[in-house]
Amino acid sequence: MSKAESQITPEIVEQHGLSAEEYERVLNALGREPNLVELGIFSVMWSEHCSYKSSRLHLKKLPTEAPWVICGPGENAGVIDIGDGQAAIFKMESHNHPSYIEPYQGAATGVGGILRDVFTMGARPVANANALRFGRPDHPKMKHLVQGVVAGIGGYGNCVGVPTVCGETNFHPAYDGNILVNAMTVGVADRDKIFYSAATGVGNPIVYVGSKTGRDGIHGATMASADFEEDAEAKRPTVQVGDPFTEKLLIEACLELMATDAIVAIQDMGAAGLTSSSVEMATNGKAGIRLDMDKVPCREEGMTPYEMMLSESQERMLMVLKPGKEKMAAAIFEKWELDFAVIGEVTDTQHMVLEFGGEVVCDIPLGPLAADAPEYDRPYLSKEEYTVWAEIKPLDGVPESNDVGADLLKLLASPNLASKRWISQQYDSQVGADTLQTGGDAGVVRVHGTRKALAISTDCTPRYVHADPYEGGKQAIAEAYRNLCAVGARPLAVTNCLNFANPQRPEIMAQFVHALEGMGDACLALDFPIVSGNVSLYNESKATGGGSAILPTPAIGGVGIIDDYDTMATMPFKAEGDAIYLIAPEFWARPDPTRSHLGKSLWLSVVHGRDEGRAPPVDLAAELGSGRIVRRLIEEKLVSAVHDVSDGGLAAALAEMALAGNLGAEVTPSEAYSAAQWWFGEDQARYVVTVSADKVEAFNRLVAEGPETDEASLVGFHRIGTVGGDSLLGVSLADLREAHDSFFRDWMEG
Amino acid sequence: MRAAVITFPGSNCDRDMVVAIERIGGTAPLRVWHGDTALPDGLDFIALPGGFSYGDYLRSGAMAANSPIMREVVKAAEAGVPVLGVCNGFQVLAESGLLPGALMRNRSQHFICRDALLRVENTDSVFTRGYEQGQTITIPVAHHDGNYFADAETLDRLEGEGRVAFRYTENYNGSQRDIAGILSASGNVLGMMPHPERAVDAAHGGTDGKVLFASILGLLEAA
Repeated sequence: MSKAESQITPEIVEQHGLSAEEYERVLNALGREPNLVELGIFSVMWSEHCSYKSSRLHLKKLPTEAPWVICGPGENAGVIDIGDGQAAIFKMESHNHPSYIEPYQGAATGVGGILRDVFTMGARPVANANALRFGRPDHPKMKHLVQGVVAGIGGYGNCVGVPTVCGETNFHPAYDGNILVNAMTVGVADRDKIFYSAATGVGNPIVYVGSKTGRDGIHGATMASADFEEDAEAKRPTVQVGDPFTEKLLIEACLELMATDAIVAIQDMGAAGLTSSSVEMATNGKAGIRLDMDKVPCREEGMTPYEMMLSESQERMLMVLKPGKEKMAAAIFEKWELDFAVIGEVTDTQHMVLEFGGEVVCDIPLGPLAADAPEYDRPYLSKEEYTVWAEIKPLDGVPESNDVGADLLKLLASPNLASKRWISQQYDSQVGADTLQTGGDAGVVRVHGTRKALAISTDCTPRYVHADPYEGGKQAIAEAYRNLCAVGARPLAVTNCLNFANPQRPEIMAQFVHALEGMGDACLALDFPIVSGNVSLYNESKATGGGSAILPTPAIGGVGIIDDYDTMATMPFKAEGDAIYLIAPEFWARPDPTRSHLGKSLWLSVVHGRDEGRAPPVDLAAELGSGRIVRRLIEEKLVSAVHDVSDGGLAAALAEMALAGNLGAEVTPSEAYSAAQWWFGEDQARYVVTVSADKVEAFNRLVAEGPETDEASLVGFHRIGTVGGDSLLGVSLADLREAHDSFFRDWMEG
Repeated sequence: MRAAVITFPGSNCDRDMVVAIERIGGTAPLRVWHGDTALPDGLDFIALPGGFSYGDYLRSGAMAANSPIMREVVKAAEAGVPVLGVCNGFQVLAESGLLPGALMRNRSQHFICRDALLRVENTDSVFTRGYEQGQTITIPVAHHDGNYFADAETLDRLEGEGRVAFRYTENYNGSQRDIAGILSASGNVLGMMPHPERAVDAAHGGTDGKVLFASILGLLEAA
């Protein structure tokens, strides 16, 4: 071993984010003291970000299987069968900490990283989506953060030529010191051309392609695994810099090489760069690996093996090729003006051996690196203890709405319901010329050259998860399911991005465990398995004064399929005279006397300044039933517009349909409910549909046919009005539009 | 009809252009790589697609304008072959000198993606003869650098010679005199920021771009 390495002191261990107990494990795994390179490798592989040490135990409980699942969690992304020999490959990932420190590059490289996770498996990326959470708009940094994140997402996605087709953006003071940037990519591949990461074949060459390695992003994974201290700004050098132009070339070069039979295994260099990619490839292949660090393409001279192994420079991939294919592969990468270097080989030693300047600078047994990795069963509060800790109580003194129209205007002008056009117009949503729908319940892209289309939706209601982690976890899945059904898609599978605060606090761990349990139950009930995902912990900041945790935010990315896009449904009101129906569980024909129906509603928060009450419960059988009926109505072309009911309740849903279609409506309330409950309650499993006059008879016939299933018997239909005119609930469309457009315009351009 | 679509490193609407031409013309265009030093023989139409050639580094279109194949495109244009540049393709045409003026950053400083309403100002060219004078058409825009600039003298000349092909009915990006697309003096080169290849299929939500391709491909009756 190299004599040049320094002694490892407790300070060095601490700087690497390892606890004393974890360092003991390192000593056990190696059977000796590590050198600095080895310590660096252990520290990133055992960071929360790479090892999932606090979450792994609970992630194992999530349902991940269905007949259409080709590859579940564990690879770079999830893979599902979409028929005709094709597969959809997708994943969502967080880039929260970097985006708070440097919003443009943090968000841009978040998009770049998730794109690589998808094309590394052989898919051409066909759509991007995102889920963004920001703090109070009047927080001094927030405008800058929103502008930077949106420009970064657009700057990267637009340049690589992948349309951004959907997303959600919320504001809440809990994100003041720790915003969330979750990016999702969906790609399409041939079923028989999917690439995995297991390095096999002793002697096969290991090849590095893409950009050169620089000193950027060293220890990014370790940074992402700790709370922000007051010195968040000082961490800016650990944020990587993205180059979408190189990524575009890398996509084309990789897909060109993938069309040949040269590749044994391939893995992108994401968090923890060359370390995690090489370790994962060798571990998955139950092989060893030998790398010659002198051959790693470097951006600057004098880089050490430590720096090369821990750099998070972007737009790089590692591949194992079949022997003899190097020349052909090199020609492809040279054509695309990208670096290509054979830097090592697959061995049978089950060790990772790094050589530099003729010396062995690292020799780690891969078995212990994986097997001895810490796994924690962190303590957490029970559901009852959590409810007490979070001070969640039934809503007391339920207010009434004295002016429904005025309340609706306030809601539409509030940051969370405001039109997000200022954001979405900065994303190229049309490149590829296969985008069929944006701005509705789900983004829809055609599978190129077919009649099929993929629907994508990102969802989570963090204020519900905070009030009731179990029901909130269920709701995130249910809302994604509903949004896919609302465009006529059959929901197939989900990816998730689990953003939580410090798991060493039992109340935070309770949020995580109970939310996962709710998600798991919903996935099972809705036959909607989780096939990929990412966990982001330690999302709290001392920068804002006090250990302020984010709201628990298990963001969901749902994917569904439309067999023939001719039957796709959209949200806008279509024609004067169309009948409006509310589809809702039959048991809510009258209000539930044990509930306010307004707890945690946006209306309560925006109009009355009260962020209180209990989250709405989710009846999964009713979700399944209403979803199936809505899909059937769409398939039979009996409905002219469809929209799910979510934030802001029925009034907000109707307003969004009216504004999108530039048509008003006459609607009447239920006498059983109070005005506030009826118009602004956020009960789940509900949709609004419209039916044209010539279809009403067929619609009623189908509805009257009665239930095919037990779930469908739970679903009720209520005629609530008629499309027409230029107002809604006594407010002109012009005033509704002005309210809806005002927030971002005044904030950003005022 | 022999058409060709040029791909530069960073082009990302090249496939969309190929699909649109094949959909309307019935024959797939040839694909030409930026590093090629010769164009295929006997071309009737050359298209420069949208995207971010060379990442828009230096200036959008500037590096692509100096790539080997552009010397041949300039020669072909001078020989009268119709050349269409869309979005980044327009930027390349301006940088190569085939069209006057420059495309600057949008006035808002933001990328903008939306449907644009255009007024057809010229119906004499090989590209626009299928439209009616003054007709309003809907074609999507998606660009960061679409703010057309030229000096007053050049603008007057363009207008005087009827070389403004399309104008925005609402100026989204700050372009001088609302210009969305311009023609060369001889009329066989068209540069435009809006994307006609994104409006050729009912599934796109509009088909106003079809007439443009049908005009070039000599298939107006079929459109």
